[in-house]
Amino acid sequence: MNDRLAQPFQQPKTREIAERMAEDVKGRSLWADARRRFVANRAAMVSVVVLTLIVLFSLFGQAISEYDIETIDWDVLGNVATAGKPSISNGHYFGFDENGRDLYNRVVQGSRISLAVGVIGALVAVIVGTIYGATAGFIGGRVDSIMMRLVDIFMSIPYMFVLILLLVVAGRSITMIFVGIGLTAWLDMSRIVRGQTLSIKNREFVEAAIAIGVPTWRIIIRHIVPNLLGVVVVYATLLVPQMILTESFISFLGLGVQEPFTSWGALLSEGTKTMNYGTLWHLAFPLFFFVVTIFCFFFIGDGLRDALDPKDR
Amino acid sequence: MNMQSPLLSVRDLKVWFDIKRQGAMPWTPTDTLKAVDGVDFDLMPGETLGIVGESGCGKSTLARAIMRMVPAEAGTVMWLDDDLLQLNHHDMREHRKEMQMIFQDPLASLNPRMTIGQIVAEPLKTHHPGLSPSEVKDRVREVLDRVGILPNMINRYPHEFSGGQCQRIGIARALIVKPQLIICDEPVSALDVSIQAQVINLLMEIQEEMGLSLIFIAHDLSVVKHISTRVMVLYLGNVVEISEAEQLYRSPGHPYTEALISAVPIPDPTAEASKEVMILDADLPSPLNPPSGCVFRTRCPIAGPECAETKPSLTDRGNGQQVACHKR
Repeated sequence: MNDRLAQPFQQPKTREIAERMAEDVKGRSLWADARRRFVANRAAMVSVVVLTLIVLFSLFGQAISEYDIETIDWDVLGNVATAGKPSISNGHYFGFDENGRDLYNRVVQGSRISLAVGVIGALVAVIVGTIYGATAGFIGGRVDSIMMRLVDIFMSIPYMFVLILLLVVAGRSITMIFVGIGLTAWLDMSRIVRGQTLSIKNREFVEAAIAIGVPTWRIIIRHIVPNLLGVVVVYATLLVPQMILTESFISFLGLGVQEPFTSWGALLSEGTKTMNYGTLWHLAFPLFFFVVTIFCFFFIGDGLRDALDPKDR
Repeated sequence: MNMQSPLLSVRDLKVWFDIKRQGAMPWTPTDTLKAVDGVDFDLMPGETLGIVGESGCGKSTLARAIMRMVPAEAGTVMWLDDDLLQLNHHDMREHRKEMQMIFQDPLASLNPRMTIGQIVAEPLKTHHPGLSPSEVKDRVREVLDRVGILPNMINRYPHEFSGGQCQRIGIARALIVKPQLIICDEPVSALDVSIQAQVINLLMEIQEEMGLSLIFIAHDLSVVKHISTRVMVLYLGNVVEISEAEQLYRSPGHPYTEALISAVPIPDPTAEASKEVMILDADLPSPLNPPSGCVFRTRCPIAGPECAETKPSLTDRGNGQQVACHKR
């Protein structure tokens, strides 16, 4: 067989022309096309810039402040409404929180946790959901039925209830939030991916790969997944704010991260408690970052959908 | 007829699908659709077998069953000395490099997310994983060159090519592992006529150079006549006639073949107008519930009472023309 393989093909026809055009032509992939469309979308690009700034703020924000998240200023405590106002001059840019701690640093740190929960939760959903859904959809038949009924069963369990129970039983910690959110986030994703896989599976190029003899896992990775990545990416960007909202809700209930650490939800929760005492900045600063981030993700998600799926606009 | 042993020998191949009736309960028995119902043929090395028949007669299913892309109900598919239907997945994979397939829709059969270089390299990487990347690249360039695609286009994506070019890329992908058989599933029906001729001539040239066997599925009889050494006519999953191409077109044995050939348009308006087209009564019967006996009898102009009773088997008329008909 191998000497058969080594035989040259006869009659080179286009070689001459090819030599004149010696350089390889660079193709434009569907990804490159999508990138061009995305860059042309102004709302999405502005959102990317704003979001980048927020991420940088959450990562390096403490560098421009001389305070930390837990030191209490005893002079301000009990007198926050008048003495704890935001001020550029004394370095407490966002003022003090109810307990006399520097709010700026707390917002920086809260942003970091909330964004991490959002991104990691979405990442778990994407990885687990994509592999699970693509496998179920591609193999099909009984395997598909069993795998998807399992998802149905998980989905029928009230998810917030499980998450709260988990946090109460296993103790409040950020790891538990990651585990709890990760456990449930991939379910929707796997359903979406399975549906897409079913439609891609019957396309001729997958049939061609089967005829060639490409192993099943390579078909899933090389042919199925790249073609459903568009849907996955869009859904993932919309999933991030959903994760952030879930974490905020849990923290708002008082079950989220533990003191002295905080998150947007916890900050908002404290802010709403004290807003009657004239300390509106407790609510305003975290709310600003929270709302802006979620809007950014929605705009980016919309932009990606338009860019990746020009037919559906 | 030559005395060589056949490359591919199909005996009594049956492909049945279970069809669930609309709104049926899970426990109600399913209907059986006999897409391919007992097909026999031999394919000699270097030969082209044309398969013709109207939509839904099982042409594509037959091809896919040979490639083991749909499970066969019964029968044997002998490839040299192995029955392909009995092989395990691993052994079957070994054989896949000896037979490749070309598909109907040229663009849809290429993965839109891969460059054509990656697409053409895929069979090579699958079956010869030991080759170095530069060797793979050289062979990809060589085969693209052969099918008439500039080799410096390897970094382009399928959507940047025309239908004819995409089909050439599909052919390159089939050729790169130097197979002995290529199954062409309506490779030109999605192309316009001038491109059809180019693609078919390319296939015939390559066949000559490499000593390939082809199974060429089409519904266009003039295309099949041009490329085939022998032609097999399918009707509702049954072979009604197999014959040398010349013989079949000169004197069709089966009334169905006759009707098909009479329907081929002649590129001459006066001849076309005076030509007698044999129009078949009634529609194609449902393959879920085929007629008893000869499946063609419901539309056959010469059917008699015996046709409803027993299914005619293929009988040789002495000149290599095998016809399944009680009356002829």
